[in-house]
Amino acid sequence: MDATVTTDTEGSVWGGGNRPLGASYGKMMMWFFIVSDALTFSGFLVSYGFSRFKFIETWPIADEVFTHVPFFHGNYPMIYVAFMTFILIMSSVTMVLAVDAGHRMMQKKVILYMFLTIIGGAIFVGSQAWEWATFIKGDYGALETKGGRILQFVNAETGERAGLADFAKTLPEERVKHTESVGVWFQGEGYQTSFSLKEVVEGFKSTPNILIRTETINEEGEKTVLNRQESLEKLAQATQVVEGANLIHNEYGSRLFADFFFFITGFHGFHVFSGVVINIIIFFNIILGTYERRGHYEMVEKVGLYWHFVDLVWVFVFTFFYLV
Amino acid sequence: MAHEHKLEIFRGLLKFKSNTQKIWGVLIFLSIVTAVEVGLGIAKPAFLTSNYLIGMKLLNWIFIILTLVKAYYIAWDFMHLRDEKSSLRRAVVWTPIFLICYLIFILLFEADYIYNVFKDGFMAWDF
Repeated sequence: MDATVTTDTEGSVWGGGNRPLGASYGKMMMWFFIVSDALTFSGFLVSYGFSRFKFIETWPIADEVFTHVPFFHGNYPMIYVAFMTFILIMSSVTMVLAVDAGHRMMQKKVILYMFLTIIGGAIFVGSQAWEWATFIKGDYGALETKGGRILQFVNAETGERAGLADFAKTLPEERVKHTESVGVWFQGEGYQTSFSLKEVVEGFKSTPNILIRTETINEEGEKTVLNRQESLEKLAQATQVVEGANLIHNEYGSRLFADFFFFITGFHGFHVFSGVVINIIIFFNIILGTYERRGHYEMVEKVGLYWHFVDLVWVFVFTFFYLV
Repeated sequence: MAHEHKLEIFRGLLKFKSNTQKIWGVLIFLSIVTAVEVGLGIAKPAFLTSNYLIGMKLLNWIFIILTLVKAYYIAWDFMHLRDEKSSLRRAVVWTPIFLICYLIFILLFEADYIYNVFKDGFMAWDF
């Protein structure tokens, strides 16, 4: 018995049980994750900046791209994105309130606030999906030139944007459909634009009050509108009709803009989605009383950190995608 | 576990009575900042869009500064960095800030260089 070495390490630095920087293991790891994820997002946003600075004279103007609000017709730039920002900040607030109630061991209040947080997150993800759908569906339609530039249309009298449907002619065109019985290598034809290139070109020629708007931004910070003569010359370079946006064609302008839009808001939306899922798991744990028995609500605090981080990222996405 | 909250914001200018109150206070502040951003974004005052500072419009500088202000309050009060030890706070904040500034610097300079090559080069790319 005397041979037993007594090591009096209780409370000393190397005895274990220490919490570096005063944060528990779980919280520390959450901070590790947040810092590395912040670097991932900044990588995306900075590469967006790279592409934008590279094509600074032709980059789309976000105010003219995101102009819709669900259930309302008309032109409301940024209103809906501002609403989404507010929803996310609001759900951040209910999350802090949940953490605060957790510190005071008030289970009922934590349940309520977590529930509100989940609802806020769900509204945000839904709004994001709506934004995507609107963006993909497109607005006015445009033509793409051989060099991949986008030609949009403007009404010369009102100065407002003109949709393809406003002037395109309906020509009696016959398309020969490729069918599986004929093809050795059959591929479905996919999406067809509502007007063919010829219909748009003919319609443009016979409607004198329509002008072409190019991607180039002039000194006033607006897109350049060509006169009728230049428009007709430019029209000859068009190779296809573009409606809406995808990863290859984008009626709003530079296709990189659409790529980055899908990539960055998609990655953020995925974060919000997974945040909602994690919140739901924690929500049920709270209802089951897991943390009540554990004696502390640190788990709520940890998911809270993640949730606020998602909010923090959105603040930057909002600025660099929609405002600047 | 003892949870002490620092209840002052704006360097002690505004002191709240409880943590809950502080949260609502910060929410009001963040909402005001967002409203100002959106208002400026819609109005686009001419003197802010026509004047430049270090190659960028004044309006964009305002947006970026207001964004950093919002980020500060989200991190300090919602993620309660204010209540953490200063060593944790510094490790979490300054590491990314340093790396991101570096990344912004090299990529934006490179992009501007490519822009000039496209613009002044003898090869046509926009046809």
